Amino acid sequence: MYEFVAFYIFAIATTILFLITVMSKNVLYSMTSLAAGMVLISGLFFLLGADFLGVVQLIVYVGAVMALYAFAMMFFDATKDVKEKQQNPQLVFLLGGLMALVFVIMFSAPVIGDNIQALYPVVDGVGNAQAVGMVLFTKYLVPFEVAAVMLLVAMIAGIILAGKKMDYSLTKCEAIDEEMSVELEKGEE
Amino acid sequence: MIGVNHYLVLSGLLFSIGFIGVLRRKNLLMLFFATEVMLNAVNIAFAAIGSYYGDLSGQMFAFFIIAVAASEVAVGLGLLILLYKKYGSLDLDVISSMKG
Repeated sequence: MYEFVAFYIFAIATTILFLITVMSKNVLYSMTSLAAGMVLISGLFFLLGADFLGVVQLIVYVGAVMALYAFAMMFFDATKDVKEKQQNPQLVFLLGGLMALVFVIMFSAPVIGDNIQALYPVVDGVGNAQAVGMVLFTKYLVPFEVAAVMLLVAMIAGIILAGKKMDYSLTKCEAIDEEMSVELEKGEE
Repeated sequence: MIGVNHYLVLSGLLFSIGFIGVLRRKNLLMLFFATEVMLNAVNIAFAAIGSYYGDLSGQMFAFFIIAVAASEVAVGLGLLILLYKKYGSLDLDVISSMKG
């Protein structure tokens, strides 16, 4: 009963929040509702017994990714409403609705295979974080290391792309150069 | 008790919401938000199936998806900042240079 109530609260709230994310015209509202929806999704992970995944979701998504978006929004004008020209809104909703219908039929059909066996079964007697650690550092060690290298590459790419020439406008560089040369000429005079 | 199908249906609905967002958004930052919604929906499905079979592989895949999403955001936001500096807008209609 408790799980039932919790699941439906989390599910309905997440759906509404993500709908706001997708439909809102304001970047700030959109980002805030996305962050709140991610917090509620971590609640779903806790319900599923994936404690460590829920904590990682909170730390990485709500903490790191949303903070990154918040910092990036300083570069863009976030207070203005986003104007988007919709060419064919009905078609979009038709496609999305059809896709949702197909998913719901697919997933609610009792077609779960019986011959599937757990490759790395949950170990009894240890917590979720411990069990995850045991599988992650034995069976999934190579993908783990590759993911570490990928994060390093992403960090370097982020620094190179956004961090270089922060004080230097890429679009206005010619204007600035002209101003500089004018000032230099004035100085010489 | 709730079965795995509830979680899967929720995941499918959230994925469709993200899909609608990707189709209808014209602002690149909003497009990024919609992809985050889709990635989160897939994570729910992985965790649900993993818990249904008592298998930890689902959670592992969800971890790697989170790692991929984090690096995607880092690189993507860098590119967005460059695009904004170049064009002064993030609207796809404004920055599209290939008239196809």
